[in-house]
Amino acid sequence: MADLKLDQICKSYGAVDVLHGIDLDVKDGEFVVFVGPSGCGKSTLLRIIAGLEDITSGDLMIDGDVVNTKTPKDRGIAMVFQSYALYPHMTVYKNMAFGLKLAKTDKAALDQRVRAAASTLQLDSLLDRRPSELSGGQRQRVAIGRAIVREPKVFLFDEPLSNLDAALRVQTRIEIAKLHQKLKSTIVYVTHDQIEAMTLADKIVVMNAGKVEQVGSPMTLYHHPKTRFVAGFIGSPAMNFTRVKIIATADETVTVEMPGGGTAILPFAVPAGQVGNDVELGIRPEHLELNRAGDLPVSGEVEVVEKLGDSTYLYVRLHNGDLVTLRAPGHSRAKIGETVVAAADGGAAHLFDANGQTFAKVNCPAQYSADE
Amino acid sequence: MAFNVRKDQASRAVIVHAVLLSYTLIALYPVFLIVINAFKSRKGIFREPMALPTSKTFSLSGFEKVLDKADFGTYFFNSMSVTIITIVVVLLLAAMAAWALSEYKFPFNTALAIYLAIGIMVPIRLGTVSILSLMVDLGLVNTLTSLVLVYVAQGLPLAIFILTEFMHQIPKDLKEAARCDGVGEFKIFFAVILPLVRPAVATVAVFTMIPIWNDLWFPLILAPGNGKQTITLGVQQFIGQYVTDWNAVLASLSLAIIPILILYLIFSRQLIRGLTSGAVK
Repeated sequence: MADLKLDQICKSYGAVDVLHGIDLDVKDGEFVVFVGPSGCGKSTLLRIIAGLEDITSGDLMIDGDVVNTKTPKDRGIAMVFQSYALYPHMTVYKNMAFGLKLAKTDKAALDQRVRAAASTLQLDSLLDRRPSELSGGQRQRVAIGRAIVREPKVFLFDEPLSNLDAALRVQTRIEIAKLHQKLKSTIVYVTHDQIEAMTLADKIVVMNAGKVEQVGSPMTLYHHPKTRFVAGFIGSPAMNFTRVKIIATADETVTVEMPGGGTAILPFAVPAGQVGNDVELGIRPEHLELNRAGDLPVSGEVEVVEKLGDSTYLYVRLHNGDLVTLRAPGHSRAKIGETVVAAADGGAAHLFDANGQTFAKVNCPAQYSADE
Repeated sequence: MAFNVRKDQASRAVIVHAVLLSYTLIALYPVFLIVINAFKSRKGIFREPMALPTSKTFSLSGFEKVLDKADFGTYFFNSMSVTIITIVVVLLLAAMAAWALSEYKFPFNTALAIYLAIGIMVPIRLGTVSILSLMVDLGLVNTLTSLVLVYVAQGLPLAIFILTEFMHQIPKDLKEAARCDGVGEFKIFFAVILPLVRPAVATVAVFTMIPIWNDLWFPLILAPGNGKQTITLGVQQFIGQYVTDWNAVLASLSLAIIPILILYLIFSRQLIRGLTSGAVK
């Protein structure tokens, strides 16, 4: 087990810069998830940690040692690939034992480690099978088992659940979470799926265009996104955004002009210089409540209804043309074409300046805060 | 509509099979003639060359003559050693070169691949005179080594070309998984890559072995004596300027088919598909 430190890691392919100075600290035993849209550099960063890609500049430290030029096998890492990458001509047992056998591990110890990993992952009865005789979920477990037997300092997972179907994905996700609790190992996990990130991570690293947008616990990212990108990326369905104009500021409040007309007073500390500027107001679908009054009222015509059972998502076209998503209770009887009114607390809102940076919220109510 | 499509496919299949079948017959008929005539008496061969051996014409005199000659075993042994050693060397070197060309990036990688591929297009026999004088200088005339060296050079370009293509198809994740697993580059090659390209290796082995076994040219020039003759040269001793012992020629040719047939059967068993299934996805 070990900690991991990234210091100003840059990566370029020729003239193309893929990563722009990534700084990150991963503590011993921490489960860190890199999340971001495709092409944001998260997989490249993982491959750099694994030693499969060279570092253009910056330092990578595992357990305090700079490992920039070390080969993957000397870094004490184990990686689980999206495509499983099992050795097709070897049985499950041999797949898991292969690395250890080459490292000249004592035979009895090797056998014991493989069998222990197999029983952890419920692969006991499959040890003599070939990968082609396994289902997708079983293959992924073998790939994880192959990583476990190496007893690495750091586990690396590269979108391990992307090839599994939805039900299996949830199941395997839970297994990975349990595994982490059991092994208490340092894990770096890459995914583009924010639900995986939210459910698994101790710490999420949101990446965009080769930069780290924000690092924090899942709830911190959910309640206190630093940028508009993070706000839009974390949470499902995504946060609603609308353009508003700042018309007045006070110490702890800001008055904005709403797109449909009318004003709202929100608890944000906004510099007086921003008066007259257009900013972006964000509100999560689950914070909009039907048929009530509030600081942020909306009304419009229902365009689409998605019934999920426990809740119903309504896609509402506002009078100014914006489409707003809101979460209604599962028993909601709202119909397409119907006009609905809803509102949210000012404390639930998020406000972003023209550069997408968030304004500080003042006196954040407990239900909209990550503080415990 | 659906019926028409099916009919169309069926008629296409019939045509394809007819073409392939007639090609097979044309290719196999001479071999068939050799084998049936090997079991006939001299009179039987000349009177009715196309007929199957009957109780009247049946004779094993050709085989008796061939097997009586003690050095015939030597010729077989020579041909086998040259073929097998060449196959092993060609496969090993070609697979390693193909792996390097497909996996590692180094300066002149493409240029080197093209240079090696040119060898496919230039017939090695054009260089016979210089090869002979080289072998004379090296003192390798009338040795099997000289044949092995020439055949390795002859077989390598195509082998490298085919294997490079196959190695390109091996998923990148698999090699990277092995690297993360702490497997060294040599071990990745021998324990992961080579087993996966086994069908390609078998194909290359067949491609390589047949021209070597059948070759008359280089044995005639480089190793025509000293008991280093190959089986194709051995057959020639029954073909005289004035008299040809057809019984012996046909019998020795029939016998010469057997070892190469066995080798082919061994390799063709490796030509199985779907070996990489289950590796990824």
